[in-house]
Amino acid sequence: MNAPHHDPDYNFAYLDEQTKRMIRRAILKGIAVPGYQVPFASREMPMPYGWGTGGVQVTAACLVPEDRLKVIDQGADDTTNAVSIRRFFQRTAGVEATEKTTEASVIQTRHRIPETPLTEGQILVYQVPIPEPLRFLEPRESETRRMHALADYGLMHVKLYEDIARHGAIATSYAYPVEVEGRYVMDPSPIPKFDNPKLGGNPAIQLFGAGREQRIYALPPYTAVRSLDFEDYPFEPSKANHDCDLCGASGSYLDEVITDDQGSRMFVCSDTDYCETRRNAGHRGRLSPEEAR
Amino acid sequence: MEGALSISSKENRQIRAPGDGPLLRVAGLSKFYGARTGCADVSFDLWPGEVLGIVGESGSGKSTLLSCLAGHLTPDRGQVIFETREGPRDTVAMAEPERRLLGRTDWAFVHQNPRDGLRMGVSAGGNVGERLMAVGARNFGAIRETAADWLGRVEIDAARIDDRPRQFSGGMQQRLQIARNLVTGPRLVFMDEPTGGLDVSVQARLLDLLRGLVRDMGLAVIIVTHDLAVARLLAHRLMVMKDGRVIEQGLTDQVLDDPQAAYTQLLVSSVLQV
Repeated sequence: MNAPHHDPDYNFAYLDEQTKRMIRRAILKGIAVPGYQVPFASREMPMPYGWGTGGVQVTAACLVPEDRLKVIDQGADDTTNAVSIRRFFQRTAGVEATEKTTEASVIQTRHRIPETPLTEGQILVYQVPIPEPLRFLEPRESETRRMHALADYGLMHVKLYEDIARHGAIATSYAYPVEVEGRYVMDPSPIPKFDNPKLGGNPAIQLFGAGREQRIYALPPYTAVRSLDFEDYPFEPSKANHDCDLCGASGSYLDEVITDDQGSRMFVCSDTDYCETRRNAGHRGRLSPEEAR
Repeated sequence: MEGALSISSKENRQIRAPGDGPLLRVAGLSKFYGARTGCADVSFDLWPGEVLGIVGESGSGKSTLLSCLAGHLTPDRGQVIFETREGPRDTVAMAEPERRLLGRTDWAFVHQNPRDGLRMGVSAGGNVGERLMAVGARNFGAIRETAADWLGRVEIDAARIDDRPRQFSGGMQQRLQIARNLVTGPRLVFMDEPTGGLDVSVQARLLDLLRGLVRDMGLAVIIVTHDLAVARLLAHRLMVMKDGRVIEQGLTDQVLDDPQAAYTQLLVSSVLQV
């Protein structure tokens, strides 16, 4: 088609067409079997493992020239990882980039789900370091695969049991295991458990790519997702017990920033776009510069 | 299915044994490793509450037989018919998920080395609770209470519920493995040299404990051992194996006091008298 101005030395979105087809087949299979980890022939990418090689490949396979891409790292649009990946696709695919959650058609994320609710037609791509939720309990891949096949998930609760026995509460605060449509137990990538409730019933397509581990899995729109817990220790999404110091939001996930060596600190939304949108709409927090003046 | 499983450990299991027939019927069981014989043409019946000892020297096929019975190995020929709660089923032909469910409800397997049967990185309570959680228990308080109760029954101080098995002595580890296995109230327990590697006084205590549990819970047990004293103490009936075949079987006292086969005579006379 009328390929917009991407670097002509690269194929559209860096990967060759056959590779993208292979990844799309894995994505389609993942969507057909929600929560199931589909093996795929992960390629070397021009970045180190752990920097989102899986997410980048999934994004590359999803992109069309008309897409508008948003990349976030821990909720922020302006961190090194996010900036590099955004530039990478601007150069190799020539797609438009945005920081607005509402305007993006494809969002690649590391460790967060945007605060602004997603809508139908959007694709959220997660970067996943370790896709296997049972990995630290059962080191054998052959065995974990069999456990998934037989839905033999008693071990997952042993982990939560150990948490409560040792810490008095479920201390797992990120990569909190979920059960998808009453079948597969899935690692939601290292998002804070605060974001877990947004996984289920989400109108957007959620795709998970693990480059080093060569796995892709997916949650189609409006999938039922339940965070594992005990009857007497129910799942609780948690966040810092503060309001955002810049925009005053009380319901968003916060980063703690140490501001001097006297113990002062501030809490700010980890989702920079959400915070900025609220500030532009006139919301103010405890440390907003306007009020300091 | 899960609803029918009680996690209460205090129940008297004997009432539940369904039917009046044998709990396990083994017919013509054979396993070959290429040209070599693991075990050949083994047949026997096991009744509820009965303890069957399998004795023989190393390499006689005892462990192969036990693994085939417990579904860890697939036999080449023969049937293993278990009286499940839904009626008799051939466990060899059973689908893997069903066999696994059986493996964590009605069956238990006590390994010779507790490290094979325990999760060494998980606390004692977690080890005992795993089978409960695997069959659907989701109440932390109830799981912990049952685990503490079982630690008490195998004579482990309840204060050590959050310690890892690594910090336990060999005898304690073996008792913990037994608790972990018996917590779901199995009806059939496979034991592979449960007293191997323990010193004699610890062995004696473990045997005492096992005898009590077997009697109280009305367990059917298949115990593999090369120690005739263990067989004498625990087993009602004895099978002697050599080169993968059963060469003699009968009541324990009968086999040990009046051995008929030449090999059994040799085996019995080889025991050191103190």
